Amino acid sequence: MKLMYDFFTGQLGLGAAGANITVAAVMAVIMFTVMALCAIILTWMERKVAGFMQSRYGPMYTGRFHGWAQAVADMLKILGKEDIIPAEADKGLFKFAPILVLLGSLLAWAAIPWAPDFVAADFDLGLFYIFAVSSLVVIGILMAGWASNNKWSLYGAARGAAQMISYEIPLALAVVPVVMRAGSLNPQDIVIAQQGGIWHWNINPITNPFLFIAFFMYFIASIAETNRGPFDMPETESELVAGYHTEYTGMRFAFFFLAEYANLFLVSMIAALVFLGGWWAPFPGMGWIPPALNFIIKGVLLVFLNMWVRWTLPRVRVDQLMHLCWKVMIPVSLLCVVGAGVWMMAWGQLK
Amino acid sequence: MANESTRVNAPGLVSGKGWHDQDHVPGIKSELLELNMGPQHPATHGVLRLLLQTDGEIVYKVTPVLGYLHRCAEKIAEGVNYKQWVVYTDRFDYLAPMCCNHAYVTAVEKLMGQSVPERAEHIRVAVSELSRIASHLIALATFGLDMGAWTPLLYCFREREEILNLLERISGGRMLYNYMIPGGVRYDVPNDNWVADVLDFVDLMEHNKLPEYNTLLTYNKIFIERTADVGVIDAKTAVDYGCTGPVLRGSGVDFDCRRDDPYSVYHKFDWQVQLGRGEMGTTGDCWDRYIVRAREIEQSCRIIRQALQQLPEGPYQALALKAIVKAPAGAAYTRVESAKGELGHYIISDGGQTAFRNKVRSPSFCNLQVVEKVGVGQMVSDLVALVGSLDIVLGEIDR
Repeated sequence: MKLMYDFFTGQLGLGAAGANITVAAVMAVIMFTVMALCAIILTWMERKVAGFMQSRYGPMYTGRFHGWAQAVADMLKILGKEDIIPAEADKGLFKFAPILVLLGSLLAWAAIPWAPDFVAADFDLGLFYIFAVSSLVVIGILMAGWASNNKWSLYGAARGAAQMISYEIPLALAVVPVVMRAGSLNPQDIVIAQQGGIWHWNINPITNPFLFIAFFMYFIASIAETNRGPFDMPETESELVAGYHTEYTGMRFAFFFLAEYANLFLVSMIAALVFLGGWWAPFPGMGWIPPALNFIIKGVLLVFLNMWVRWTLPRVRVDQLMHLCWKVMIPVSLLCVVGAGVWMMAWGQLK
Repeated sequence: MANESTRVNAPGLVSGKGWHDQDHVPGIKSELLELNMGPQHPATHGVLRLLLQTDGEIVYKVTPVLGYLHRCAEKIAEGVNYKQWVVYTDRFDYLAPMCCNHAYVTAVEKLMGQSVPERAEHIRVAVSELSRIASHLIALATFGLDMGAWTPLLYCFREREEILNLLERISGGRMLYNYMIPGGVRYDVPNDNWVADVLDFVDLMEHNKLPEYNTLLTYNKIFIERTADVGVIDAKTAVDYGCTGPVLRGSGVDFDCRRDDPYSVYHKFDWQVQLGRGEMGTTGDCWDRYIVRAREIEQSCRIIRQALQQLPEGPYQALALKAIVKAPAGAAYTRVESAKGELGHYIISDGGQTAFRNKVRSPSFCNLQVVEKVGVGQMVSDLVALVGSLDIVLGEIDR
């Protein structure tokens, strides 16, 4: 960012304020493009993964090679769909909800460092900010369910709100040990603290077994946070028709769809950043791999893991989901925080 | 409103009082939510409509509303002759049409006093059991889907495809066969290695595919959590409501028409009736009904193997096909064990070419009634599990 800032002030002769705005605009465009592309690629990937797990191929025709253009074609089709708003719906909220859901996913991307010093908003409360803005999603879902004036949507929204608010607690608690280890909430510092190969990553159970447990707590909570199987309570197509987005069509539906994949990629990238060493290559001598590529590969692997779980397991029931959160995951996460702290004190790892 | 005694199933309702009974916020009236589940709903297995009254996630009243698929099949039976009506039986339980054919032709044969060659009976048993496997596969698949497990669905459909291919080779149809006729079957076993292929498939199914489903779905922790102790139909309720088939046996009642009221040549074969034993929870819960179906697939494999290995030579039809068959005046009732349960046909003849009245006792219809009792006090998710575990087919309910 420093580089880009210097370029705008030095080469183009912009003032400090002008340069800041330009950098922000450039980063926003990059982030949004990357996100939209990711969502499209992940949609395709989900179909192929699901296909191969179910002994079929998935899309094979559009774009010749393994149906790579299927997601693009779907997006184009969905753009041409009629935008239906139910007559009895709360129109303002109905229109605003999908935007808010997507916004929640997109805003968080600002604080994700893709490579050393390549981050749109580099600030010390980065991790805190990420978890804070991604909570906007739940407001959007609640809004969508309420505004649709449909009982199934309301059910989905109520389940979604209960689930996502509950699972934010273990999600945030799971990264606390990492913050303790790095001594900072800045994502860049957290990654830099893991420099030096796979054994320096936070997931390494020998350095600190509690961080290893915390990773799994984070992973399970992140599945619930993205509303994907086996925790897809707000949608539950076999119970609630389509949950909170039952009444949505066309581009508004696509917003929810994009948000799901943006969110999925986001939580996976955070896991890669916090537990799997961010942009660092796993072994020395692999320094020639671009840092951003390292980071993305880790994120995509976690996304694959997420899809694997989704297409293997049945769905839990809503009360079992809450039971798991409040009676299992939150206590274990708290234990991780305490345990990690004691461990670090004992071995002098605390900063 | 549900009465107090039926609410004990509801999780969290220890006091027996629902949220809506209590005056939580003075001045604010709370009431039950009316919810239409279906006829367009992904989990109602067709065009079933369940009228629910819910209090949050808990169901207080379930009323099945039927008739969206009514096609007057029984009335049509009064206008077409006996042989022509076989085609309508295919459309009852379209997931196991061979069993439906079988039920009807046995009734007509009883009415006419017609005997059936041994070879035809063997073929009938084999294709009926193949149909039963296909139907049970769909039951397992869609039940898994109701629980949110997508992948077993595709696996089960993959094996069902094999069955459809086999049945296509013997009957010419993939889904609606119109294969059995009064006095035999329409075509003989094809001479393109059909018997060997069926035996191969049966071996594959028993030794390879069923263990695969078991590891993927049956003994999955989440699946057991979702289905054990859920939607418990005790033996008395099952008998009172006239449940039959895997629903009845899932409740631990040892009854199977194939053994207890033998028809065709079932008495010749060695197999066992499978019962729910409450292995994961209570006897008669959703998991029991599921496992009864899974184990019946195994037993069907055994029956098919014996029926085809002992396949006798001889004619496959009792008489040359005549376009019009007349039945003597009288009445006949026969029942067979279809994939869904006891499928009965009651035919009254006045001596003409068509039936005077044809009444079908369809198992899905009787099995569905139990929802009204057992569904009360369950959560919405559990109601989906219950309806899925009953394995209803709307084509058979509405006829």
